[in-house]
Amino acid sequence: MMNSSYLTALKSIWTKEVNRFLRIWVQTLIPPAITMTLYFVIFGNLIGKRIGEMSGFSYMSFIVPGIIMMAVITNSYSNVASSFFSAKFQRNVEELLVAPVPNYIIIWGYVGGGVIRGLLVGFIVTCVSLFFVELHIFNIFALLLSVLCTSILFSLAGLLNAIFARTFDDISIIPTFVLTPLTYLGGVFYSIDLLPDFWQAVSHFNPVFYMINAFRYGFLGIADVSLIWSFAMIGSFIVLLYGLITLLLKKGVGIRS
Amino acid sequence: MHAIDLENIRKVYKGGVEALKGISLRVEEGDFYALLGPNGAGKSTTIGIISSLVNKTGGKVKVFGYDLDTQLESVKAQIGLVPQEFNFNQFEPPIQILVNQAGYYGIKRKDALIRAEKYLRQLDLWGKRNAPSRELSGGMKRRLMIARALIHNPRLLILDEPTAGVDIEVRRSMWDFLKKINAQGVTIVLTTHYLEEAEMLCRHIGIIDKGTLVENTSMKELLARLDSEVFILDVDSIENVPRSEHFIITKIDDITLEIEVKKGQSLNNVFAELSTQGVRVNSLRNKSNRLEELFVGLVEKGNLNDE
Ligand SMILES: Nc1ncnc2c1ncn2[C@@H]1O[C@H](COP(=O)(O)OP(=O)(O)O)[C@@H](O)[C@H]1O
Ligand SMILES: [Mg+2]
Repeated sequence: MMNSSYLTALKSIWTKEVNRFLRIWVQTLIPPAITMTLYFVIFGNLIGKRIGEMSGFSYMSFIVPGIIMMAVITNSYSNVASSFFSAKFQRNVEELLVAPVPNYIIIWGYVGGGVIRGLLVGFIVTCVSLFFVELHIFNIFALLLSVLCTSILFSLAGLLNAIFARTFDDISIIPTFVLTPLTYLGGVFYSIDLLPDFWQAVSHFNPVFYMINAFRYGFLGIADVSLIWSFAMIGSFIVLLYGLITLLLKKGVGIRS
Repeated sequence: MHAIDLENIRKVYKGGVEALKGISLRVEEGDFYALLGPNGAGKSTTIGIISSLVNKTGGKVKVFGYDLDTQLESVKAQIGLVPQEFNFNQFEPPIQILVNQAGYYGIKRKDALIRAEKYLRQLDLWGKRNAPSRELSGGMKRRLMIARALIHNPRLLILDEPTAGVDIEVRRSMWDFLKKINAQGVTIVLTTHYLEEAEMLCRHIGIIDKGTLVENTSMKELLARLDSEVFILDVDSIENVPRSEHFIITKIDDITLEIEVKKGQSLNNVFAELSTQGVRVNSLRNKSNRLEELFVGLVEKGNLNDE
């Protein structure tokens, strides 16, 4: 049972985090809406017509879940990465460090902020997609669970990035060289059936693949791998990152001299 | 009960700088204590360790009896910290900063708003409560950090060079405020490199230099000592310590005396008094001590009025 002081502390971090991204909504909420609209127009509408069907659905219907997921991933990640890094950089993370707040509250506080931003942007992109395609929902439970787990996982990843980062460059390098390739290769735009065997096997090491797979199942009812296996993989990645971050905060890496 | 009890605190930073070489000191509950020392002496490091922002290399820290190593959260709950550098989010307005900080201590939003209003008014920031903090003046930012440090009603308030870069008028009103808070029972520790500031505010003082506590005494005693000079006299062999109405004379050995001379007193009177008692002085030298040297250093770096 969580002590009620901790709950108040947790809510305070959430409030602070939400205020932060709402204060700069032009940088945090508008760009993903624009980028994803472009994806819908170019890949879905213009090129998609030539591609025809994928896994039995129009190409547009096929990529909508992937694109929503892509927005959730990048926004959860960058919210926590930039917020925690600037808290370190401006030293206002000390406000938390001097207070009687255990590390797990700090983690879930920042992760909560990333999840709220990720889901909010996901919702905005979903609304935009309605202009282009009818929304199928095959299994709302799988859909919500997968989007929630995804934003938790990538918020954790953003936090990990921020803990190690020493400069602002360090929090843009990882998204460019790791996050974006993982997302694009995770099956946003194609079914991995289309890949040669070797690359299909490689895809199974990519966490994003399982997320998009489960999420697309929630919408369309089609999946490249089983749902249970997908959630088991996502869950393991979450536990792994959470454990690692707990260890780092305990040692004070990046936050205490 | 001691508000702070440090036992042989050591700190070696990554990279090998030995910032603290074993500091032991106690601060009584209710005291107003100054930690004085030149730049780089280790003041911020000491405070960082007490407030758990810096990991100590060795030693024991207790705050109101709670052990930093085993009762960290209880230690944290006792302390309000005003750090040396501005460390709030410059984009947040004061009211948000205070209410959030209160939240970290488990104070619910409704109560936090009441407290925030109280401190913002007392520190003359109420009119700016909704402005982004980066628009506040330097003095206002300091006061905002004081309000933030007090929001959970800590028993111990620690301020790291709170008046650096603040103009004289604001500084005086800050001093008055701190005196008031101390009179209400809050123990206060502040670091400074201005003797004058310590003199105006503090009852006890520790002087730290190159990671070592070189002095830990009451303000009164320190001032008395700074106000005098000690001379060492070589004399013809004596048996008893000569008596004096005006000077403190100590016998070191049969041919050496130590005499404390206050500012304004004349050395000639010393010789006169001694010769009436039949003591012959052969030579005299000034006893220099580390404390005085340190103060010369501090005074040369400038005092309160020359920023
Ligand atoms: N984060 C750090 N890493 C390495 N050395 C440091 C760090 N912080 C302070 N120091 C060094 O430790 C010594 C004491 O510094 P500090 O405690 O800040 O002194 P003061 O507050 O009395 O000016 C100085 O030599 C300083 O350069
Ligand atoms: Mg300092």
